[in-house]
Amino acid sequence: MSIDHAAVQKIAWLARLKLAEHDVPEYARQLSGILELVDQMNRVDTTGIEALAHPLELALRIREDAITETNRREAFQIGAPEVAAGLYLVPKVIG
Amino acid sequence: MTSGPRMHDLTLAELSAALHRGETTSEELTRHFLARIERLDPALNSFVTVTAERALDQARAADAARRRGEAGPLMGIPMAHKDIFCTEGVKTSCGSKMLDNFISPYDATVVERLRAAGMVMLGKTNMDEFAMGSSNETSFYGPVRNPWDRERVPGGSSGGSACAVAARLAPAATGTDTGGSIRQPASLCGVTGIKPTYGRVSRYGMVAFASSLDQGGPITYTAQDAALMLNAMSGFDARDSTSAERPDEDYTAGLGAPLTGLRIGLPKEFFGAGLDPGVARVIEAAIEEIEALGARVIEIDLPNTHLSIPVYYVVAPAECSSNLARFDGVRYGYRCAAPADLHDLYCRSRGEGFGAEVKRRIMIGTYALSAGYYDAYYRKAQQIRRLIRDDYRRAFERVDVIMGPTSPSVAFKLGEKTGDPITMYLSDIYTISVNLAGLPGMSIPAGFAEGLPVGLQLIGEHFGEARLLNIAHRYQQVSDWHRHTPPGID
Repeated sequence: MSIDHAAVQKIAWLARLKLAEHDVPEYARQLSGILELVDQMNRVDTTGIEALAHPLELALRIREDAITETNRREAFQIGAPEVAAGLYLVPKVIG
Repeated sequence: MTSGPRMHDLTLAELSAALHRGETTSEELTRHFLARIERLDPALNSFVTVTAERALDQARAADAARRRGEAGPLMGIPMAHKDIFCTEGVKTSCGSKMLDNFISPYDATVVERLRAAGMVMLGKTNMDEFAMGSSNETSFYGPVRNPWDRERVPGGSSGGSACAVAARLAPAATGTDTGGSIRQPASLCGVTGIKPTYGRVSRYGMVAFASSLDQGGPITYTAQDAALMLNAMSGFDARDSTSAERPDEDYTAGLGAPLTGLRIGLPKEFFGAGLDPGVARVIEAAIEEIEALGARVIEIDLPNTHLSIPVYYVVAPAECSSNLARFDGVRYGYRCAAPADLHDLYCRSRGEGFGAEVKRRIMIGTYALSAGYYDAYYRKAQQIRRLIRDDYRRAFERVDVIMGPTSPSVAFKLGEKTGDPITMYLSDIYTISVNLAGLPGMSIPAGFAEGLPVGLQLIGEHFGEARLLNIAHRYQQVSDWHRHTPPGID
């Protein structure tokens, strides 16, 4: 599978990554190379093989629906880029 | 201590005994290692942050606790944490510009447990950005240098931890291993490292890369020390949803057990083309020495080994693209200057905050998970992941441990593989399948090729850490490779 200039732009948009325009050809080349490596998988017939999502096939634990964490909003917001009145600030969304 | 072996050459077990006998104090030890870091690390770059004052406070507290009669085996011994483990009040950068300003508001479980055991944190070690790399060259803080040859890489991603232990800047350090990130740098730096079974060590507070593969573990001088560290680090943690619900184990208890009758599996796929002949000779000699301890060798097949890299480069990037979606420039971490709108804020914060390797992996993962491609990539990779795991399952019906090289070559030159990501990926051929199968794996010093350290890899059954540590310990009793220190490191 080869990735062209437009495909890199589309993937970068989906991943919310701003790429410098001059870096796009190099990403296209490298991502194509990685997908070529990955395409070795296609030589294996996997019909009827169940996907293995997790090495130990554990069942997820269920816990009591009880409050276990305390409110640490101030501690968590100390490192935030921009905060006011306990809220995270971002550029205006609604015009 | 004024005579005898140098303080920084003592193992954790020996330091513990010296502290117990009152021959030194935690404060003296801590000052000794801090002074070494200050003197030697500028040329190695193994630390991102040194927490000298905090370390001395912790050391004095450990000495006071010892005077009160509290004394666990690790009490008062200095160590370093890979900068992927969250440490409350201390920068946790994960080797990235994205988290260069991130002061963690909480401790990782591993950090909490080692502190509760009385260990003293000297600082946080350098690493590949978000643990994505095999050479420590993707770090925002610059590459770490291999103490055996400063023109060479220490391996990665736990390169700072392996370098710090090899250069005797810390007698132990934590690492994490998603595709070889503890074992490969341990091998390239000539130290001991173990990646436990998936689920054995809590992932809580360990910055996530690929959640079905990530596992923390110790890097030390010896297997005995790794057992001591693992005793303190491992165990069930309700805060990690995939933590294994098993009773705690004492990994030191069976270290001395004889190896009589031990069946060693040698996968022929680990000794084929691509393996450096000098490395092969060292590995073969080490295995012969273990045979001489009563073990026997059986040739085995792991026929899907060659697929582990393609599978890994779907599974790991897919999980990485999901995990790293949390870095949005809103709640913590890097934010771009003067964003035009919310979309610009996300895209530029991420575009400027992440380095090239992280962006490559996010994009591969995003592509593999995008509409129309899920079955062809992620599902297909998970199906082959089962085949890889089943290969190991079959092998362990016939053998007790699998051995081979950790890395196909000794440490390579800085810059040698940075131009081509795929060449770099291929250097993890012997370690990646172990993560895909969730098995414990270990690397121990086994000799030298071209004057550089070679690591022997030991792979065990799920939750078979104790057996690996036992084999490694017995080997270290009849070899002294783990006692060698890099030239120029006094």
